[in-house]
Amino acid sequence: MKGRTLRRVFVWELPVRIFHWLNALAIVVLCVTGYLIGNPPALMSNVEASNRYLFGIIRFLHLAAAYIFIFNFIFRIYWGFVGNKYAQWRNFIPTNRTYFKELWKVFRIDILLKPRTEHLSVGHNALAGFMYFFIFLASAFMVLTGFGLFAGMSTWWLPKLFAWVPSLFGDSEFSVRNWHHSVMWLFVVFTIIHVYLVMFHDYVEGRGELSSMGGGWKFIEEEVFEADQQAEKEAEKVKTRA
Amino acid sequence: MTAPTETKTRPTYYEELRERGYSRRDFMKFCTVMAAYLGLETSGAAQISKALMTTPRLPVIWLHFQECTCCSESFIRSSHPMVADIILDKISLDYSETLMAASGHAAEAVMQKTMKDHYGEYVLCVEGSVSDYGDGEFCCIGGKSSRDILKEAAAGAKAIIGWGSCACNGCVQAAKPNPTHATPIHKLVRGKPIIKVPGCPPIGEVMAGTLIHIITFGTLPELDRVGRPKAFYSKRVHDSCYRRPYYDAGLFVESFDDENSKKGYCLYKVGCKGPMTYNSCGVIKWNNGTSYPIQSGHGCFGCTEENYWDNGPIYKQMASFPGFGIESNADKIGMVAAGAAVAGVAIHALATNVQKMGLIKKAIQEGKEAEHELKNPLSES
Repeated sequence: MKGRTLRRVFVWELPVRIFHWLNALAIVVLCVTGYLIGNPPALMSNVEASNRYLFGIIRFLHLAAAYIFIFNFIFRIYWGFVGNKYAQWRNFIPTNRTYFKELWKVFRIDILLKPRTEHLSVGHNALAGFMYFFIFLASAFMVLTGFGLFAGMSTWWLPKLFAWVPSLFGDSEFSVRNWHHSVMWLFVVFTIIHVYLVMFHDYVEGRGELSSMGGGWKFIEEEVFEADQQAEKEAEKVKTRA
Repeated sequence: MTAPTETKTRPTYYEELRERGYSRRDFMKFCTVMAAYLGLETSGAAQISKALMTTPRLPVIWLHFQECTCCSESFIRSSHPMVADIILDKISLDYSETLMAASGHAAEAVMQKTMKDHYGEYVLCVEGSVSDYGDGEFCCIGGKSSRDILKEAAAGAKAIIGWGSCACNGCVQAAKPNPTHATPIHKLVRGKPIIKVPGCPPIGEVMAGTLIHIITFGTLPELDRVGRPKAFYSKRVHDSCYRRPYYDAGLFVESFDDENSKKGYCLYKVGCKGPMTYNSCGVIKWNNGTSYPIQSGHGCFGCTEENYWDNGPIYKQMASFPGFGIESNADKIGMVAAGAAVAGVAIHALATNVQKMGLIKKAIQEGKEAEHELKNPLSES
């Protein structure tokens, strides 16, 4: 049996990869420290309080990771406008019917595990992109509520800009805090599914999905590549006609 | 230029106090204490004394609606006896159900007279929430509903002060399910400056300080975003807590009466709401600066904050999650959700091996063939 001819595609540019891993690191640190802030471990110690700063360090890590998370996130939004086609914002926000069609297709093939009939997307598939869009919204929510909680004790103007946030929650910082804490679990659930699906794609399709976030490469079948080229040409024709 | 005749006939605070037997020394001490509470510079004491010596007393109407009178109790027990004397003891208070001597129609007549004589000048103090249900039948005084009384009294007020959490956020009466539709005053009165002095009760010195500010400067104190005087509500209880080093060290009381609580560790894990609560408890304290809840070994309730009764449980840090029962909090729900995600993923993984068997077998076959075709340079002899 003759093997497939694979073509190398440069999918994830270096800034995208750096964003991804910084984001992953920040989310892990934020979830762990955030959980600990909500549920501090029970410690017995003979050390005087003045010689310990454990909770202070946990809070510092949370705030430091939060700043990395925020600026990294802002950078990614910028890159959604200047990056390559796989980094473009259109991968995340549905703007046309093709997007929704692919959404359904991916759902059938990957989630309902129906046999594959069509060729695969190269960058984000529509379903993944759409899920990332939700996670972006959740991220924005966490940034808002986090800064809203921090504004009261911050001396910097940036967090202070968010002092109005508690008014969205009936002026209760209790509610802001509970929401901030609850949405953390969305990230935990997301991470479980995300890591699993990456492995799923790598295992079923063998296109280097898992390693793509390392080197930036994915591999697609020669036939798929040619079909894609053909489709593009036709699209071009339609455009020129119009 | 002549001042209105009626202001001439009204004595100043200082005159009243001298008549009541206070010495000038007592008076100056009082002014100094008030300046310190308000966070004024040293010259602030002189400003206060000048104001109290020159301005005629401020007419005050003090209304009581759905409340427990703990605000009044707190106020008359504020550390300096002159506070109560100045504001309450006949001097400035034209109407207060709890403290005035008159009753019945006579008392109502006094209120009507004050509202008429001092229209646009008096300060309206409201203690308690208003029942905004039906015709207001849940809270009626002298045959009128609390809602009507408030609206009538607010019309001629120079400013309105909401005493305590009832007037500022509804407090316990407004907790779910809020059968009387207990409503804080700012939701019923529009177009009047409202100062919120929340707390259950507010600290007496804070109440006095707010009034003294209005008397001294003739303006409202600087308010925070929610409408509370910044002088007293700009810091979290957590940030002025003397147990804060234990928090930063990660040393917590695990349960009341444990070793850690005897050591005076941080009460965060037994539900202290200090990190979300803005008040001066840690600084001014209670009962003449004797103590405050945290110092007595009990966490902060968060009584100055909106909706604090519905953000329980009191002795837990995490609120119970709405719709999932009393013992559920965000973490319990979250762990179940994460567990479900792991289970779902595991099922999907198993299903993948069945459903995509052909695809996977093909890939493995293809890979194995390539493996056989390739030589291993290391095993070559």
